[in-house]
Amino acid sequence: MSDSILPLAARNLRYEVNGTVLIDDLSISVVPGSFTVVLGPNGAGKSLLLRLLHGLIVPTSGKIDWSVGAELRGRTLRQRQAMVFQRPVLLRRSVEANVRYALKWQGAGPGELKEAAESALHRAGLADRRRVPARLLSVGEQQRLVVARALAGKPDVLFLDEPTASLDPASVQQIESLLIEANAAGTAIVLVTHDIGQARRLGHEIAFVHRGRLVESGGAESFFSDPQSDAARAYLKGEIVV
Amino acid sequence: MGDIQAAFSLAANLILSGDADLFEIVGLSLSVSVTAVAIACAIGMTLGAVVAVTRFPGRGAIIVLLNALMGLPPVVVGLAVYLMLSRAGPLGVLGLLYTPTAMIIAQTILVTPVVAALTRQVVEDLHREYDEALKSLGVRGLGLVRTLLWDARYSLITVALAGFGRAVAEVGAVIIVGGNIDHLTRMMTTAIALETSKGNLALALGLGIVLVGISLVVNGAVSGLGGVAGRSRNV
Amino acid sequence: MFRRWLHLVGLGLLVSCSAATAADRGFIIVQSTTSTQNSGLFDAILPKFREKTGIEVRVVAVGTGQALKNGRNGDGDVLLVHARAAEDRFVADGFGIERQDVMYNDFVIIGPPDDPAGITGGRDAPAALAGIAGAEAPFVSRGDNSGTHIKERALWRAAGIDPSGSSGAWYREAGSGMGATLNTAVGMGAYTLTDRATWIGFGNRRDFKVLVEGDKRLFNPYGVILVNPTRHPHVNAVGGRAFISWLTGSEGQAAIAAYTVSDIQLFYPSSK
Repeated sequence: MSDSILPLAARNLRYEVNGTVLIDDLSISVVPGSFTVVLGPNGAGKSLLLRLLHGLIVPTSGKIDWSVGAELRGRTLRQRQAMVFQRPVLLRRSVEANVRYALKWQGAGPGELKEAAESALHRAGLADRRRVPARLLSVGEQQRLVVARALAGKPDVLFLDEPTASLDPASVQQIESLLIEANAAGTAIVLVTHDIGQARRLGHEIAFVHRGRLVESGGAESFFSDPQSDAARAYLKGEIVV
Repeated sequence: MGDIQAAFSLAANLILSGDADLFEIVGLSLSVSVTAVAIACAIGMTLGAVVAVTRFPGRGAIIVLLNALMGLPPVVVGLAVYLMLSRAGPLGVLGLLYTPTAMIIAQTILVTPVVAALTRQVVEDLHREYDEALKSLGVRGLGLVRTLLWDARYSLITVALAGFGRAVAEVGAVIIVGGNIDHLTRMMTTAIALETSKGNLALALGLGIVLVGISLVVNGAVSGLGGVAGRSRNV
Repeated sequence: MFRRWLHLVGLGLLVSCSAATAADRGFIIVQSTTSTQNSGLFDAILPKFREKTGIEVRVVAVGTGQALKNGRNGDGDVLLVHARAAEDRFVADGFGIERQDVMYNDFVIIGPPDDPAGITGGRDAPAALAGIAGAEAPFVSRGDNSGTHIKERALWRAAGIDPSGSSGAWYREAGSGMGATLNTAVGMGAYTLTDRATWIGFGNRRDFKVLVEGDKRLFNPYGVILVNPTRHPHVNAVGGRAFISWLTGSEGQAAIAAYTVSDIQLFYPSSK
């Protein structure tokens, strides 16, 4: 718990499928407590990048280094990070059982499990709906549950792939506060979004990806006020970036 | 078509009069088939789920085999089990031929491929949906199989019912390995076959109506227990 | 939950079933021809035997051919069958011992009321079969190597006719038990050979009648055999011998003679 698996350093990542290069010579790092927003046009490779960092897919070449010793790889590495997908994936169980299930796999002992589940449900505002089958929740509630579930084990880093893409403004706001709260409590966040407003509201750092490469990265303020690359300038102006 | 009318009134009479022989036969049919289905589910659901989530050479062939075995002819299974359990066969010393156990074995062999093949499909579809989320949590191996089986539980109840339907309705296997012995291995289907061979067609059909009724009751009871909740949870 | 519950119930049943068979040998398995079962004879006489000896008789009713085959495999203690030559061979091959006559009745040829082959009232069975063949009227054969089938083939041989060339045409081999064969014959308006007991006890006769009877070649003797316990040590020889001696003794013979359906005696005791 005390030793973070961060910083994460990914170097020269390359990912190809049937000879098509989708991620090309991409290096990026994630430090403890950071809030990074990954921006870029459709098809730039943002989701692939998240999956590579999270370990769901394996890079064709390149290295992903976590700051844990070899003896803590595998299980620990999985338990100290989490991911939220664009479409909420919920188990066919109650709201509470969904949270408990994730906590169990994140290595929570029986003692802390109850307490952690309780506080996750409260933070997500779902405490009074704990017994409801999770798949009967509204889409907004479902995504809130998924985010709360991912944060329940207090991971060192949380990856999110367009978590609010299809939600109403109120739900977006609730999820954003969950993320800000978690970040303040020490969880590093890597968020892929299409919503430039959201990026402005949340991001400390911006990583701009275009055609599988990291074109530009740095502090959010300077990125929005003074983008360095043509692609980022065009993207921020709302032009179509091919 | 007086036989058909007679069959319905015979069926009603048998049930309403509380015919002891009928209840004994129904009880045996249910206990043998339910036992066989339970064992087949334990084996078949595990097997089907493992095949669904693993990738190995020859997997495609296994799936084709499982699907094909759903059509195993009961008579062939009965014959094979007879040859195994016969005193002259390799398991003859157990003395299981012409017992309810022999019928359970035969029906288990018939039902397991049905359960395994359908479970494989159900679990594979669910796995496609859950794959990334479970990988993200580090869910692997036995934990993965258990998670998917539990979350597919409402579909799997239907799978179990399909297995039960095949078991309770078949006659070819149990008549060979059970011998249709009165008060020992006489089941609904073998009793129907016997009455048909005695030319008591109305009684045979009446028993058939009772069997359909049992099947309805079992299916209704199971849907009542889990299915209604299942539909809403399966959204 | 659901699956776990089923699982427990299942294992419990399986164990209890196995235990029952292993412990208790207070029963014998009789491999018998279907006519004795379908006619209701066993239901009438077996309770008397059980009452006297406490031994339960488990009847597996199959054709004589299948009964002899199962007996060779040791899957039974006693055979009650009706095909003398096959029975003698079974004993000669060392699979059975102590064959004894039990009872007899007779075979009859039954057929549709309009009788297209014109055999009604005949007392010469081979001649009647020749008439059926001549008219190419449909005839359903058991075709299952049962005692009745063996008798039928002997009658065709006596008539000097080989009907197998017409199989699928007017000669139809059902490959089934007596009851199913009768259902088939009644259903297609065909002639067939049956033992009288099954016919009298049969519920689906419609307007079909016995057309030919009384030929001494239609004699149908039943024999009882103990499966050889030297060959198959698990055979319940004590129970089997008790059953055979009861069946061929005065009580069993009287019980057989007393069994009637619609006031007609179906089997005649023949033990010496």
